Amino acid sequence: MIRFEDVSVTYDGVAEPAVRHVDFEVPEGELALLVGPSGVGKSTVLGAVSGLVPHFTGGTLRGRVTVAGRDTRTHRPRELADVVGTVGQDPLAHFVTDTVEDELAYGMESLGLAPAVMRRRVEETLDLLGLADLRGRQIGTLSGGQRQRVAIGSVLTPHPRVLVLDEPTSALDPAAAEEVLAVLQRLVHDLGTTVLMAEHRLERVIQYADRVVLLPEPGAAPVVGAPAEVMAVSPVYPPVVALGRLAAWTPLPLTVRDARRRAAPLRDRLPTEGARGTARPATTHPPETTAASPRPRSGRTFWSRVSRRADGGRSHGSPRPFGALADARDLQVRRGRVTALRGAGLDVSPGEIVALMGRNGAGKSTLLGALTGLVRPQAGSVTVGPVVPAATPPRELVRHVGLVPQEPRDLLYADTVAAECAAADHDAGAAPGTCRALVAGLLPGVSDDTHPRDLSEGQRLVLALAVVLTARPPLLLLDEPTRGLDYAAKARLVDILRALAADGHGIVLATHDVELAAELARRVVLLADGEVIADGPTAEVVVSSPSFAPQVAKILAPGQWLTVAQVREALR
Amino acid sequence: MHPGAWWAWALGMGTAATRTTNPLLLGLLLAVSAYVVATCRTVAGSAYPAFVRLGLTVLLIRLVFATLLGSAIPGTHVLLTLPEVPLPHWAQGIRIGGEVTAEGLLFAFYDGLRLAALLVCVGAANSLAAPSRLLKSLPGALYEAGVAVVVALTFAPHLIADVRRVRAARRLRGRPDRGLRGLAQVGLPVLEGALERSVALAAAMDARGYGRTADVPAPVRRTTAALTLGGLLGVCAGTYGLLTAAGGTYGLPLLLAGVAAALAGLRLGGRRSPRTRYRPDRFGVRAWLVTGSGVAVAALVSWAAASDPSALSPGVVPLVAPALPLWPAAAVLLGLIPAFVAPAPKEPS
Repeated sequence: MIRFEDVSVTYDGVAEPAVRHVDFEVPEGELALLVGPSGVGKSTVLGAVSGLVPHFTGGTLRGRVTVAGRDTRTHRPRELADVVGTVGQDPLAHFVTDTVEDELAYGMESLGLAPAVMRRRVEETLDLLGLADLRGRQIGTLSGGQRQRVAIGSVLTPHPRVLVLDEPTSALDPAAAEEVLAVLQRLVHDLGTTVLMAEHRLERVIQYADRVVLLPEPGAAPVVGAPAEVMAVSPVYPPVVALGRLAAWTPLPLTVRDARRRAAPLRDRLPTEGARGTARPATTHPPETTAASPRPRSGRTFWSRVSRRADGGRSHGSPRPFGALADARDLQVRRGRVTALRGAGLDVSPGEIVALMGRNGAGKSTLLGALTGLVRPQAGSVTVGPVVPAATPPRELVRHVGLVPQEPRDLLYADTVAAECAAADHDAGAAPGTCRALVAGLLPGVSDDTHPRDLSEGQRLVLALAVVLTARPPLLLLDEPTRGLDYAAKARLVDILRALAADGHGIVLATHDVELAAELARRVVLLADGEVIADGPTAEVVVSSPSFAPQVAKILAPGQWLTVAQVREALR
Repeated sequence: MHPGAWWAWALGMGTAATRTTNPLLLGLLLAVSAYVVATCRTVAGSAYPAFVRLGLTVLLIRLVFATLLGSAIPGTHVLLTLPEVPLPHWAQGIRIGGEVTAEGLLFAFYDGLRLAALLVCVGAANSLAAPSRLLKSLPGALYEAGVAVVVALTFAPHLIADVRRVRAARRLRGRPDRGLRGLAQVGLPVLEGALERSVALAAAMDARGYGRTADVPAPVRRTTAALTLGGLLGVCAGTYGLLTAAGGTYGLPLLLAGVAAALAGLRLGGRRSPRTRYRPDRFGVRAWLVTGSGVAVAALVSWAAASDPSALSPGVVPLVAPALPLWPAAAVLLGLIPAFVAPAPKEPS
């Protein structure tokens, strides 16, 4: 159905091709998963299927791409619209009209289908995707999962034979992601739709794939095969595969269920009381001794690592004495008629990493906003260190709390890394060179004149983090930090955050990424509907929850193991 | 209900508002429009209150100017005397400060009220039928232009959200988020974001078949071009004819022929676009009634204004209490028809 024949794509003004010698085929009715680290050209391959590469993006495409027998060289994207449906990374950028029903009809209108057919298909699609209750809603009022489903529905109505999706579940909470994936599976099984999808969060999608196309590194030819075979050699893999590799299971299990059936011997080998998450009482937080957040491998703490490079300024060797970092109680936040927080609270002590979880719209970002003074609560109290965030001028506040927002790009204004760093020093009142030294420590090899936009998603996040850290806030907040990050970038972030916590920084992560929370956080706070519904050690909160449990916990339950690293440690 | 009907009704009410300065009549008109909006409103997040506020602002500004700058109305009832700013002789005819008369203020009030009523009628149209829905009813050949406008309209809320986000980010960087300089520095990232979103949207629209064209035989294409061009030329020449004294005979027929040719060209041009309409709005009996009520209000009030100017434009010199002219008021009440004939709005889900 989709056929790549020795395809290389070179964008204008770039010497190296973005992808080289891509040659594979996806037969009709299969779900193919495109995997690989960031920057290997996954989006380019996806764009080539719909003809947007090179017709829309420019550049040169060598070789041949055919979809349902149509050559993309002679067919422009609009002429492929009846066979290929494309949903990009950001569903909001995809919507042309303003209500759900119109959006579903838009594609069919462009293709000139008869009104009776359109009417029928809209109703069918509303039922298929469970959108019937939302038909008249304004698109702006939908939640993330609903938007993603509407975006998929809007390309489904013309009955395309191929569906191309770029990271369909990255921005979604676990439950909403399941919702979207269930729909995709139904399309593949019931309608015989061919799906090609790229996704970083393999733990969510690998079990649905019939075939995996792996782009191992930039410019390398892809490896194509059955999921289990490809995962055995892939540089990116989900925790279930990591556990399988660790236990030398062949063939590799891809689902929690398969792994569980193999895991009985492994469970026996593991020490029974080794479920270390439970050994510690929930109320006290001794600094950094648990397996869930061991000291950084380098042995040195964060500021000692970077301070060698920093010239002058404050003494970087020892961390400042930190009191209780943040205390928020009984917060009430209303936005219009919507209550975002009702009585939620959060306290953070030095050296503690807290994961804030809950479905989209549960109030995570609002709580972070209240801690940074972006949101003024109607009732309740917030203090960060000695100050009340909403009543503190920004210049003063950055010394107490820093937030890396969901879109790190929002924090970056300048057009070179050097200018960005100079501005950050100025904003924070730090000695010149402080920020640049941080960047050099965190992102070795990024030159001064790089434009922040040219950095990869992960590098941009770290640059934003460095900008925030320039003021050395004792409390560090990150909103959804792993969106769009591959496993390597995530591992780097985990290292940095652990080192910061070891230096006494309090860190709060709002995240949907259960694997990240399991790896990093000692404590998990679950929010639902603006209220805290659970607050306790990661192992206790997460293991019992079906949607927030990491894969390793599901496989090795009832033992409270959270990450592959813990298991590896225990087996040693 | 066809959105065109609502706009016709609202514009009819607006036209009626421009014909009179009688505050009682205008008040009645405003009440009628508010009642219809309250019973038939379909658009979520209505624009009506915003337009009402805008109307009030306009009225207030008109009064403030009348107070500060004086008024051309010769009045005898001096309410208060402001200190007058002496102006050089070349600024003769301009006055700042000085006597404020009841007559001048009242005249300004009547005048401002008329403008405010017009604005409120436009607001009523906006909240009864979103402009984007109106654009969807454009003929096929103009559809693509209509979509472009709709997209532009949906961009405004995105832009506001962007500004909020970037301002929040400035605060996170420790920069002041208020003040003029703060606002200026927000501009660039917001524009950048808007540009990126437009490119992404353009790609998505292309991939969804926007701009697909059907094969049209060459003779039809040529006829379309000839009709459209000829029609436009006819419209130009006809308008010229109407406006010059000499061309009274050929002006009107030429204009009508030009319009007809241009419309035919548009209709033929629609063939190039293969697109179809999903659940198009039908112009049914109810729509005709709604349109008719608007047209009737406009026509009757205009006629009344021509036949009895003193009742519809009450004088301010000497000061008299305005009376409610019976028949024009009855005409305005015709504008209530939509409240009874329009289908009840569905509960927003």
